[in-house]
Amino acid sequence: MFEGARGFQFHEKSIFESGAPGRTGVSLAPLDVPAVNPKKHFGAFARGVPAALPEVSEPEVTRHFVRLSQYNFSIDTQFYPLGSCTMKFNPKVNEWAARLRGFAQLHPYMPESMWQGGLELMARLEDLLSDIVGMDHVSLQPAAGAQGELAGLMMIRAYHQSKGRTPKKVLIPDTAHGTNPASCALNGLTAVPFPSGDDGIIDPARVAAMIDDDTAAIMITNPNTIGLFERHLPTISKMVHDRGALVYGDGANLNALMGRARPGDLGIDVMQFNLHKTFTTPHGGGGPGCGPVAFTKALEPFQPSPVIRRSDGPSRYSLDYNRPHSIGRLRSFVGNFGMMVRAYAYIREMGAEGLKAATDLAVLNANYVRATIGDDYPAAFDALCMHEVIVSDKRIQKETGIKTLDIAKRLIDFGFHPPTVYFPLVVPGAMMIEPTETESKETIDQFVAAMKQIAVEARENPDKLREAPTTTRIARLDEARAARKPRLRWSPPVVEAETAAGE
Amino acid sequence: MSNVPDSLRYTSDHEWTKDEGGRVTVGITAFAVEQLGDITLVNIDVKVGDDLEAGKAFGTIESVKTLSDLFAPVSGKVVAVNADLESKPELVNEDCYGKAWMITLDAAPGSTSALLDAAAYNAHLKATAH
Repeated sequence: MFEGARGFQFHEKSIFESGAPGRTGVSLAPLDVPAVNPKKHFGAFARGVPAALPEVSEPEVTRHFVRLSQYNFSIDTQFYPLGSCTMKFNPKVNEWAARLRGFAQLHPYMPESMWQGGLELMARLEDLLSDIVGMDHVSLQPAAGAQGELAGLMMIRAYHQSKGRTPKKVLIPDTAHGTNPASCALNGLTAVPFPSGDDGIIDPARVAAMIDDDTAAIMITNPNTIGLFERHLPTISKMVHDRGALVYGDGANLNALMGRARPGDLGIDVMQFNLHKTFTTPHGGGGPGCGPVAFTKALEPFQPSPVIRRSDGPSRYSLDYNRPHSIGRLRSFVGNFGMMVRAYAYIREMGAEGLKAATDLAVLNANYVRATIGDDYPAAFDALCMHEVIVSDKRIQKETGIKTLDIAKRLIDFGFHPPTVYFPLVVPGAMMIEPTETESKETIDQFVAAMKQIAVEARENPDKLREAPTTTRIARLDEARAARKPRLRWSPPVVEAETAAGE
Repeated sequence: MSNVPDSLRYTSDHEWTKDEGGRVTVGITAFAVEQLGDITLVNIDVKVGDDLEAGKAFGTIESVKTLSDLFAPVSGKVVAVNADLESKPELVNEDCYGKAWMITLDAAPGSTSALLDAAAYNAHLKATAH
């Protein structure tokens, strides 16, 4: 029996269609300051009619959002093996720490002497992260992994400029994430893709032939996107450094290395962390993120400003804004502090041994999936994988005409989030499964059982797959139509009527 | 096996060409369409009068699965662009060898003779599918 079952599902209207005129869920205190006339202060910008906000009671608004949340898959409710995304469980102790009054109520305009604890936590997190990746310094400022990557490349560019050089080329293997060429373009650099070797990893000879005086850097993800460890990294780093170029390390797959191998020891000069992947901060719905960047001494002068300075005395920690060579500020204040508290709590809760064990278990779990579903869905590469496994459903497709997407959709009916599908592109019928270390053997066994049952259904009752999902609030969406004819805006009719009346 | 009309010439990137005395019309093959799935967007980045070099990208095609470049199979001057595809990308799924042609090039006579014929393209498909 699978745990994924149909919940209570309401046909929930948009909140603008709920409630009634004049209904309210809040009671405001009487006005205790002088009333102002907005027209006088803001002129034409003052609103003529009230905003058409929903008029609902507290129970209505609570039920509305709780019901919507029940339509969702989340790490708190389901197994979420979305490859390349490291959807590990976020321990609740992180939330406890982030909600401590002394952290949650800090204001960025407080004098530094009043938030020494916050600054100390940041300094300590910088040191821990530096230690984990074997590099000299860390800046916590970037607000997401992609921004960390941008910061890293900006620092590389500034480094070359400080030496009076303006090399333009950045070498990128064909297995790279799409953010890599994007970060290059934002820096006015040219991404030069090159094919990996036949064994799926970078061939140093191929890189050697491509490096020239116009090469600014090489960008390498390790383990790479097809889950293989870049064995020749030290050789490649040396070749790149010998020509005056730098090595950017994409830290997206750090969950496979943490505690076992340090990117700094492999010759990486600068890399980003995705705290929401490896260090259990929330993936958020595009909410506040944190993508610190780690770098060597040579790049230190260029790091984002301000920098946390450590010294002796009553205010031991302060922010240094006097950074003439800095690439500048990437984010207001010090970045998204709440994420730093969560990552710090996680690292301290786990300890060095715990982080090592997490990495080991992440790799073991992925290999367990690889071994147990291999009969129906063979691994794309016949080798031990790292923290995620890429399997192919090519055999089932050929036999039954079922598509990868049908298998993914059917998994939802069993209560599992589908893995990443059709990625990486070099594998036909790819499903990229990343169980992470936080799942129990029982959960993974259930997932494997569901995958096997789907393989049987594909042969015996393929319509079950084509019609899936059937247990969700809304059945399969027409993704092609949604992309071809998107409706990007919905306005409640009531707003239009009132705006018209107001004008 | 996918539909591979005998009258056309092909590239290993799964594009077809129809050569009418040096006027070369270009589109993508049925195999490419099967691999891409439902097409959601066709972006042609060249306009009539532009010179295109063989192997250079002239646009992109996006499906629910992925985004791919479109490459010029031969060198030549762009003499026509299929504007319908901008508003009706589904034409590529419906009629890839007809209504979903993408561009026409004015190329040197005989420039498509170096491309694959139907038999060679079929062999290429077989090798890719292994």
